[in-house]
Amino acid sequence: MVISNIWYFLSGLTLLSALMVVLAKNPIHSVLYLVFTFFCISGHYVLLNAQFLMAVNIIVYAGAIMVLFLFVIMMFDLKKNQPESKSSLTKLAGSVVAGTLLVLLIALLRKNNLPAPSEVNFKSQTGMVETLGKILYTEYLLPFELISILFFVAMVGAVMLGKREAGDRNF
Amino acid sequence: MKLSNRTKVMEQGEMTLAERMYLPAIVGGMATTLKHFFSKPVTIRYPEQKRYLGPIFRGQHILKKDEQGAERCTACGLCAVACPAEAISMVAAERKPGEEKLYREEKYAKVYEVNMLRCIFCGLCEEACPKEAIFLRHDTMVPVFNSRDEVIYGKDKLVEKMDQRYLRDGWK
Amino acid sequence: MDLLSDFFLAKAAFIGIVFAITLGIAAYSTYFERKIAAFMQDRIGPDRAGPFGILQPLADAVKMFMKEDFIPANSNKWLFIAGPCLSMLTALMTSAVVPFGDTVTLGGVTFDLQGIDVNIGILWVFGIVSLGVYGILIGGWASNNKYSLLGAIRAASQNISYELAMGLAIIAILLFTGSLSTKAIVEGQQNGHWNIFYQPLGFIIFLICAFAECNRTPFDLPECETELIGGYHTEYSSMKLGFYLFAEYINMFISGAVMATLYFGGYDYPGIDFVTAQFGNNIAVFVGMGALIGKALLFVFVFMWVRWTLPRFRYDQLMGLGWAGLIPLSMYNVVVTAFGILIGKPFTAGIVGVVLLILGLLIHDQLFVKKKIA
Repeated sequence: MVISNIWYFLSGLTLLSALMVVLAKNPIHSVLYLVFTFFCISGHYVLLNAQFLMAVNIIVYAGAIMVLFLFVIMMFDLKKNQPESKSSLTKLAGSVVAGTLLVLLIALLRKNNLPAPSEVNFKSQTGMVETLGKILYTEYLLPFELISILFFVAMVGAVMLGKREAGDRNF
Repeated sequence: MKLSNRTKVMEQGEMTLAERMYLPAIVGGMATTLKHFFSKPVTIRYPEQKRYLGPIFRGQHILKKDEQGAERCTACGLCAVACPAEAISMVAAERKPGEEKLYREEKYAKVYEVNMLRCIFCGLCEEACPKEAIFLRHDTMVPVFNSRDEVIYGKDKLVEKMDQRYLRDGWK
Repeated sequence: MDLLSDFFLAKAAFIGIVFAITLGIAAYSTYFERKIAAFMQDRIGPDRAGPFGILQPLADAVKMFMKEDFIPANSNKWLFIAGPCLSMLTALMTSAVVPFGDTVTLGGVTFDLQGIDVNIGILWVFGIVSLGVYGILIGGWASNNKYSLLGAIRAASQNISYELAMGLAIIAILLFTGSLSTKAIVEGQQNGHWNIFYQPLGFIIFLICAFAECNRTPFDLPECETELIGGYHTEYSSMKLGFYLFAEYINMFISGAVMATLYFGGYDYPGIDFVTAQFGNNIAVFVGMGALIGKALLFVFVFMWVRWTLPRFRYDQLMGLGWAGLIPLSMYNVVVTAFGILIGKPFTAGIVGVVLLILGLLIHDQLFVKKKIA
């Protein structure tokens, strides 16, 4: 089966690049690996026949948010922030937290036996933009609009933070 | 304190709507460039096509001969003295009997050299010459040289050839 | 899924042809850019390589390859190489969803003259365009040069800013079509119902944003010579520089094709029914493909025309135009379009929208703006 081979390949690539995000010494490399991870995840969306999610994932995460990440990191003086500055205690604490999270996730998956997708109930058009739009604007109308209000508040907040008050320095 | 009453105070208010929208100005500018797009190019394709540079253009030097084909230069050295760039040098020699056909005066320039790297084509040699022997041609330029050996022009390059004489409009 | 099926081979052949056309047009755009610049300045332009200088792109390519391939010291070598490659990759990927023509039947097999007909076509374009900035950003940072970094940062912020207005302009188109598929958008415009007539304002917004996204004059601040030497490609030489320049021309052609698809009916052309009846479907479709490429080339000409007419914006003017000018304008356009569809008269609504906008601005002008003293 070609598709399942693609799945294995993509998953391996995703895990590898996600690991590289953590392991890379250079923050810029980390960000680029993260972008690559997003691409792999978009590939998974395509395999799930959810093309809209794939496109939006690329536009919003890879195209906009990660550009801003890269943007900010490029402004840093990278020589000053070498990873050697982290103490071994921090590293230990990080590993403990991540390990706990991993154990929790595995335990969750084992406890709740997720139902296997049946071929009878499977609808290939679930991930299509038309279906998604209809569901968003009927069943999930309230959460959808609430999220838009949340975004609006965030936007107003950003404008307020960026606004120069009287007496501020005019760069 | 105004020196004259010609000062005009220009007050610039806000730009009008059309000016602020930029679009009319952009369309106007694009119309101008489009007009030029269809107009005739003014380019002269230089090595193939040459423009007439006028009757007093100062190009390559020439040592004139008279109507009988005798060199006019008498090696007086006035051109070398006049030359601000010290580009001209010469060696004088006495005319031997039987050479009257070749040289007009009793003294002539055995060697006459112009250093084209030094020459600034000011034309002062032309002005200084009492014998009307040296001229800067209006129709020929000194060509580009590739090595320093080609820089110094001797008599072989400077003396006028009788089969292609150099004449200006004003001369007879 | 058989990798050697007819379908796969046909697609591969078609993609190869599209790449060849795109690269050929990009190569000759460099020549025509210089020719058009020359004509607009009353000159002749390159005319030495071959008759009328048509071998100039070849000569340029040879020159580019012969130049020293320089990688600056202390630069990030791999990212420095990756920058131009990414630029080229993203520039070429966009053409996948542009419908170059309707279906043709050759030898009993039906071919679709489109790379991939996905139902998110226009989002694909949008996503790839938003990725295009990575090539510039990475290349500029990896150069280890302050000017390159400034150019890269300018490119990034400019692209992100203008993407918003671009997206809002596309939303008005999507309201008409009801589909994200580029094919559906083109099919909705057949027989002369081009979106430009319904969306004049949206088209102007999209055009301006396309200029900004391609980093073309008057928005070529990332490579602004007077301030930044060469911008993000200051440290580049040889074919890496060539890739950056080439990617810009590919972007121009592809954005021309996208504009033709969205606003000028794609492969639609006047008299398509006559040609179909006279010469059959296949000929009509190939003429349509020619029409689309012709429209795209027309836009490439407009890109060049503007470049040799207008001076560059100042950076704060650029941001002001993007955020304070185009985004509110495109929101207004979305509202007007939606209203037009609601009352069932989109054409009238488009015209009335523009007229109302100009009237409103005039009234605002009369009431609140101090007049010039003549």
